[in-house]
Amino acid sequence: MTDVDIDRINIFMAVRRAARPARRSAFSLALPLLVLLADAFVAPILYLLVTAVANPETRVVLPRTLVALQDWDGKSAPDEPVYAALAEDLKVAKDNSTAALLGKRLNYEISGMRSRVLAAARMVERSNGGPYKEKFVQLGQEWASPETWAVIKRDGAPVTPYYLLTALDLRQGPDGSIALVHGDQAIFLDVLGRTLFVAGLVTLFTLLLGYPVAYVLTIAPRAIAGIMMLMVLLPLWTSLLVRTTAWVVLLQSDGIINDILLGLHLTDEQLQLIFTRFGTVTAMTHIQLPFTILPIYSVMRAIPATQLRAARSLGAGPSSAFWRVYAPQTLPGVVAGCLMTFILSLGYYITPALVGGPRDQMVSNFISVYINRDLNWGLAASLGVVLLIVTLAIYLLFLRLVGADKIKLG
Amino acid sequence: MWLPSYATPSERLLRTLVVMLAVAVLLFLIAPLFIIVPLSFSKDPFFTLPVREYSLRWYEDFFGNARWMTAIFNSAVAAVATTILATTLGTLAALGISRPDFPARRLVMALLISPMIVPIVIVAVGSYLFFGQFGLTNTRSGLVLAHTALATPFVVITVTATLSTYDTNLTRAALSLGAPPTSAFFRVTLPNIMPGVVSGAIFAFATSFDEVVVALFMTAAEQRTLPVQMFSGIRDQINPTIMAAATLLLALSVILFFALAFLTRRRAG
Repeated sequence: MTDVDIDRINIFMAVRRAARPARRSAFSLALPLLVLLADAFVAPILYLLVTAVANPETRVVLPRTLVALQDWDGKSAPDEPVYAALAEDLKVAKDNSTAALLGKRLNYEISGMRSRVLAAARMVERSNGGPYKEKFVQLGQEWASPETWAVIKRDGAPVTPYYLLTALDLRQGPDGSIALVHGDQAIFLDVLGRTLFVAGLVTLFTLLLGYPVAYVLTIAPRAIAGIMMLMVLLPLWTSLLVRTTAWVVLLQSDGIINDILLGLHLTDEQLQLIFTRFGTVTAMTHIQLPFTILPIYSVMRAIPATQLRAARSLGAGPSSAFWRVYAPQTLPGVVAGCLMTFILSLGYYITPALVGGPRDQMVSNFISVYINRDLNWGLAASLGVVLLIVTLAIYLLFLRLVGADKIKLG
Repeated sequence: MWLPSYATPSERLLRTLVVMLAVAVLLFLIAPLFIIVPLSFSKDPFFTLPVREYSLRWYEDFFGNARWMTAIFNSAVAAVATTILATTLGTLAALGISRPDFPARRLVMALLISPMIVPIVIVAVGSYLFFGQFGLTNTRSGLVLAHTALATPFVVITVTATLSTYDTNLTRAALSLGAPPTSAFFRVTLPNIMPGVVSGAIFAFATSFDEVVVALFMTAAEQRTLPVQMFSGIRDQINPTIMAAATLLLALSVILFFALAFLTRRRAG
């Protein structure tokens, strides 16, 4: 390194040092908001991630059993000390009413465990001391099965992949191998696929319907374009719930759309429109259209009209002038609008809940069901993690291709 | 809509079709919104047009019902609190992020915008589980905190957009003429960026006032907001009183929309 180099580095460092107070004061302005977002937005999402793998039940309810299981060989039924420890743990659990919690947790992995745990807790309470091994096995052969004990031992770990695996229709056997589940337990990949499919369909329809609108906006006379713009922005500005309510009313069996179809003799009987895939996609397309139109319009507006004329005068036909000169230049707007609509469509909850049927419920709706009805927070959180990962992957794509500073509001 | 003189007949036809399609799509966009207005004034409890007889009975129902009135009050309180918090914090952050020396601007901007992107159910469930640890679920403050996080991106975006056209030399001139930094801000910078700040505040208000999902998870019967009340109503049994509520929400949206359009025009002009 020559003296000149060292001088350069010193100057560079001095400049950076000099700029530090300015950087610090700029950053301190954003700090209050960053603190709020950290507490009210980032922390809840991180907590969701923790909930997806949290596994407290077995550790809390069966501490002695887990210690006793440390020396178990895993091949045959464990020895009396393990059963004695389990009896001791269940006695405490019965007093604290935590046996049901444990039963519920183990029941996720071995069906029937809930009633077995509760029966065992009752048995322990009534019995007057050991040896316990025989008494447990008398209650059910499953208490002698190494597989039951393998699952109990595995669930003693502080974190579990169980909920995340379930959210992807995967299941870990007692031996640790992971396999896809089949039959009526395999629902979540279907739900995820349906969510992606509906979002894709909505994106496609908003593009097909929105592209001509964006184009006509650029060629319409100023006053008319202003009114058209109003018609695009006003729905965007209206409450999502109001727009969904409108569709609930329109799509009813004795609603306005059916009235019109019957009046025009396009159909002889009322069509089932509400609680269908058709209804869901129609309502979602209506709600998402402005999000697709606006970015396309802002790109189209910047394309000089003279270019198409130049292409024509150089001998291009109308369709080749459009496809080879005009359409490629609108691509950035198409990408921005479609990605935005796709991202937002993935998270729909209200519209499928009110307009869709059971087969149209998206990931969000299942999350809500597992929180409110089944009280299975781990699974709800895991479905949330899956949805979040898919969404963030597309958001990163959006940031790379479009950029966060390009998001505008009307 | 003018075509060059060399346009072929098929091109003219195609152009006409495109314009007609665009008009149809615009009608598709706007018509469903206004279908609820006549229905809310109908005397019959059916959702069919044309309305046979008009009456105000559903509005009497709405304004006479304590549950709807509580819901409006709750929504208004939450929305006003959210607006104040989000506008203050968002404007400050926009001022910082618009300075040339802001470190890691792209990263921070991506973070500040992300509440718009993350699926709303994830925010709702995360808040429900996390705020539950501190006893903040089923409280108004918990709802306001979550709504503020959702509303700030709108303030950051509108104020940043206004600041990009603001001549920072004005602030520097004020400072060089001896104004203390606070009065330079309140008397020079703020009046100049006011349209952006007010736009952001309107967006923040609307975000909170219209929000359903977080409110569904974060409120009990006492803090129930207007959209939550509507949502449960539609779920159970849709009735015309909900049409009255929806019409009032629509009217509010239209008012806010034109207030915003007025501000944007002034900013451009």
